[in-house]
Amino acid sequence: MASHEEPEDIQVEVEREEETPREQPPARAKLHPNTCPVCKSHYREDELRAVLRVCTVCGHHFPVGAEERVEQLADPGSFRPLAEGLRSADPLAFTDLRPYTERLSEAEVATGLGDAMVAGAATIAGMPCVLCTMDFTFMGGSMGSVVGEIFTRAADIAAERGIPLISVTSSGGARMQENILALMQMAKTVCAVDLLQESGVPYVSVLAHPTTGGVIASFAALGDFVVSEPGALLSFAGPRVVQETTRETLPPDFGRAESSLEHGLIDAVVKRDDLKAELGQILRLCAGGTLVPMEPNGDAVVPPPGVVARVLRFLRQRPHGDAHTNGGHA
Amino acid sequence: MNSRLPTPFRGLRRRLAERAAESDIWDAVQLARDDGRPYTLDYADRLVDDWIELHGDRAGTDDHAIVAGVGSFRGRTIAIVGHQKGRDLKERAFRNFGMAQPQGYAKARRVFALADRLGFPVVTMIDTPGAYPGVEAEQAGQAAAIAQSMLAMTRLRVPVVACVIGEGGSGGALAIGVADRVLMLEHSIYSVISPEGCASILWRDVNQRRKAAAAFKPTARFSYELGVVDVVVPEPSGGAHKDVDRAARLLGDAVSQALESIEAEPVELRRAARRAKFRRMGVWLEDGVLVGEKEHDAEPAVQTAD
Repeated sequence: MASHEEPEDIQVEVEREEETPREQPPARAKLHPNTCPVCKSHYREDELRAVLRVCTVCGHHFPVGAEERVEQLADPGSFRPLAEGLRSADPLAFTDLRPYTERLSEAEVATGLGDAMVAGAATIAGMPCVLCTMDFTFMGGSMGSVVGEIFTRAADIAAERGIPLISVTSSGGARMQENILALMQMAKTVCAVDLLQESGVPYVSVLAHPTTGGVIASFAALGDFVVSEPGALLSFAGPRVVQETTRETLPPDFGRAESSLEHGLIDAVVKRDDLKAELGQILRLCAGGTLVPMEPNGDAVVPPPGVVARVLRFLRQRPHGDAHTNGGHA
Repeated sequence: MNSRLPTPFRGLRRRLAERAAESDIWDAVQLARDDGRPYTLDYADRLVDDWIELHGDRAGTDDHAIVAGVGSFRGRTIAIVGHQKGRDLKERAFRNFGMAQPQGYAKARRVFALADRLGFPVVTMIDTPGAYPGVEAEQAGQAAAIAQSMLAMTRLRVPVVACVIGEGGSGGALAIGVADRVLMLEHSIYSVISPEGCASILWRDVNQRRKAAAAFKPTARFSYELGVVDVVVPEPSGGAHKDVDRAARLLGDAVSQALESIEAEPVELRRAARRAKFRRMGVWLEDGVLVGEKEHDAEPAVQTAD
């Protein structure tokens, strides 16, 4: 029986990326990461950075690393990182073709990150928020104990301070090398969202290519606002697994952001150029709400009928300033 | 003694031990998937009286891969929600091999809400290879359905007990696994992906499934050691299918104990406690110090099956 969730490793993603060009004469060498896979325009690194890694010719969105995403979205100098000292352990002593620890150190060196998620407090268009971003180049953006813990801490801080949480996800799903502990991060991050919702704190989930498996099936699906970048693959099971299990020909836009929008799974597809403005707008709208305080059990505090009238009557009858002096005497 | 052996033999001994461990774990996987193994309805049949099965998501679909119902369990009414596999070819197709569609998780959510309103403790039974990976399932929001099912469970005011009774496969399993107590039958498995899926991704060869299973150790004992499971429930010798009535009694005892211990805790703290339980899950290094290792007795809390 095939797998039903595809917490993919980065190699799998590389294969998938090659699928489109393969329809043309087979490419002899792998594309340079700064060459557009759609129109083959090539960019120097600084050029690509300057255009937010969006192809100026065809609009293809290149992947963005976690730290660069923060630079793109947060107001300059506003980002205050949290949970920087977290690193993955190897609780299962897991070895596939290579030991997990080796893959980890390689990812650390390649990305300069501690794990696949970066989080911190920031402002976006002047509005305060807690921002988490994921990095697909760190082991396929897979979620293990560290990613789960970073997200949970970010959500806890957002809930405590009453400032909105924004996550930008890019992940193959749960990290197989931590097996059941990785699976449990789904429940853990959902619990973190539950606390946010109970506290009446807004959560905006931005889905970047690809957001699949255990990440889209946990916190990333639960945003009050869920938006996606164009062309992003957003599915629980990867196309390969679906293909192998069902033996159907998949629609060409299977699981893509545009198709997800059509099926009512997300609120909007937002181009990267517009993403910061869109987030700023959402944050401003959220700040304009009239928040009803919530009790810990999740029920809104609504005074029973008649209470408001009685309080008003009491206030009208009360001699001016008496409440304070009476309190002092008692 | 090992150290006195010449080097090549030491390697051989290690490889033999690895091979032995590998086949132990593979046996566990096969036992968990044995098609004689009792499924949710087999347990519901034996655990509760006055069973009434509930059907449908109230939005156009009844997913047969998820069964739900209410019944009387040792003096209280409980709701049972579980995956259901089929035994013969026809029933397997009818149950979609225990792989739920988004509508199945919607059905689960509806029954959770009902149980919460009416004060029925929720007992879930996990036994699925995973959520169904199909085009229509994706278009109907499989990912969101799983996430929302988990979220609904974190909010229940009634006690929630989850039991892994066979195959706990990935998000499709955990979707009904967010509970105050998580029980796992001795010969069941719980993992983030099937051994086959893991092998085809990490080894790039589905035939390496035994190696994959040995590497990620989906057994009850290991899940207990990692703090994911609270109780390992003993099975009759040879597995639950050897004596289904007895297996159901043993599971019933464990569920009953779990319910009593949850009911003894203050109800107003239940949701926060459930959240805190999952909040603690994971093992990582913080500034070089290992965090999250569980302190357990060496042996899981199973009573012997005799």
